[in-house]
Amino acid sequence: MILIVAEQRAGKLNRASWEAIAAAQQMAAGEAAARDTKVLLVGSAVSSLAAELAQAAVAEVLIIDHPALESYTAEGFVQALSAIVARDTPDWVVLPHTYQTRDFAPKVAARLRRALLTDCVAVKHAGAALTFLRPVFQGKLAAEVVPEGERPHFVTFQIGAFRGDAAARGATSAPIVPIDFSPDASAITVRPEAPFQEARQAVDLSQAERIVSVGRGIKSQEHIELAQKLAAALDAELAASRPICDAGWLPMERQVGSSGQTVAPKLYLALGISGAIQHLVGMKGSRTIVAINKDPDAPIFEVADYGIVGDLFEIVPALIAELNK
Amino acid sequence: MKIAVCIKQVPTREWQPRLNDSKTWIREQDASFEMNEPDAYALEEGLRLRERHGGEVVVCCAGPARVAQVIREGLARGADRALHVEDDSLASADASIVAEALAEAMRDQQFNLILTGLQSDDQGFAQTGVIVAERLGFPHATIIMEVQASDGGLRVKQELEGGWFQWVSMPLPAVLTIQSGINQLRYATLKGIMAAKKKETRQVAAPSGLKPMQRILSLSVPQKTKRTEMITGSPAAAAAQLVRKLRDERRVI
Repeated sequence: MILIVAEQRAGKLNRASWEAIAAAQQMAAGEAAARDTKVLLVGSAVSSLAAELAQAAVAEVLIIDHPALESYTAEGFVQALSAIVARDTPDWVVLPHTYQTRDFAPKVAARLRRALLTDCVAVKHAGAALTFLRPVFQGKLAAEVVPEGERPHFVTFQIGAFRGDAAARGATSAPIVPIDFSPDASAITVRPEAPFQEARQAVDLSQAERIVSVGRGIKSQEHIELAQKLAAALDAELAASRPICDAGWLPMERQVGSSGQTVAPKLYLALGISGAIQHLVGMKGSRTIVAINKDPDAPIFEVADYGIVGDLFEIVPALIAELNK
Repeated sequence: MKIAVCIKQVPTREWQPRLNDSKTWIREQDASFEMNEPDAYALEEGLRLRERHGGEVVVCCAGPARVAQVIREGLARGADRALHVEDDSLASADASIVAEALAEAMRDQQFNLILTGLQSDDQGFAQTGVIVAERLGFPHATIIMEVQASDGGLRVKQELEGGWFQWVSMPLPAVLTIQSGINQLRYATLKGIMAAKKKETRQVAAPSGLKPMQRILSLSVPQKTKRTEMITGSPAAAAAQLVRKLRDERRVI
């Protein structure tokens, strides 16, 4: 049996929950998929979200609904998930590789002394066994891995590796099973405050039709101006990978990637960006991707429609000149 | 404050992957190494906390003999001393084994704060810091962008998806995994490099009988699903060709 752990915050399901369901259904494979999968939702006052999840072609939706679990805490969620693992004895526990999952999945796996494979992008059936593909060395290599030790095995899937709309829906709603569980609140020593947004969000990159994005290859703050000129010539917005924003060369609100904005413009021009996973997840949905980088092995070329291997300090001025003709 | 910073030695950003004969690991002989960048941010944060609150910063590293390189770097940047859990097998070990090795080395040291990067640039599990916390029985928070320490407690700013953040409080001792960009890195000065030579690195044996939780069947270059058209020629010729393609073929400009 495969247990999928869905995620919610502030009364909304994280869409990545559907991606995890799609991944689990692929793991289960065949007719047994619906019978062999269950979804777990943890929180407080989440019954309407459980009803959404019940549309999936799964055997059951389990909910742990408790006021002490209204705010996510690692300890609270580890206790809840451990209780379900003991009750339902799944073979696999599947989660989306979200920030919240990264905060508690390693803790539950460590507590139960079980394997946890993180950030997987694919699953393969090898006879009766399953193997998983995960990126390593900043995406330069892919590792085919298997978990060791006793079940359940925990697996997290990279955001976007599976499509939420590929999750099979059931002909009827799955039964929703409330689980009577109270966390040991004395063990919860982390106290969260309310989440907040920081950037004024003056720039909504998700609405831009064309984006020129800079990475470490731009080398210094002075050179950003060159990228700005290209952006102007293309009538494009300027964006950047994380290290550029960390260095303060561009504001955080221009960051594209797993911790910034996710964009899918008509044109995404990546200048001196190597293509680390954290950046790719933020832009690989762009319709046309152009990569300019001096390293022919840079992972950005994996997702590019057009690539130029060369010195951006020569190519970008040539592009600006060409566009201004 | 008694602060431990767990650092990892990873291949450099520029390193081109070469695989060993069985394709189950990389050819290390061909690699150059450096300190994992998120761990460098964690070390910097530890050094700043020591500047504000006093105490000591101890870099802890699990790995083969060659990791002495990043231990030296950590000492040169300002750490007071180091713990090295030495074993060749730790180079390719999974997070459960590395975390176990680090936790055992740190267990009796009475650290009240353990920092590490949110994940490493080699296998990128994003697990080690959290497993260390569980093994030591400490609370933790991940992906931290700011640390405020006061009497016996912490208030830290945790990064969430999509530009959201959240402050969380917890008692000490605790473990934090640090997000890059939390601060500006300092680099070793000549004075620091000289001083590092006199600082203590304690060698610790790795615990025996640790069971792997993951097995790598094979490593490979990722399969390309997209057909990339590489444009060659002089900058002017390449620029002209690219603009033509974007304008006429793709119609995006």
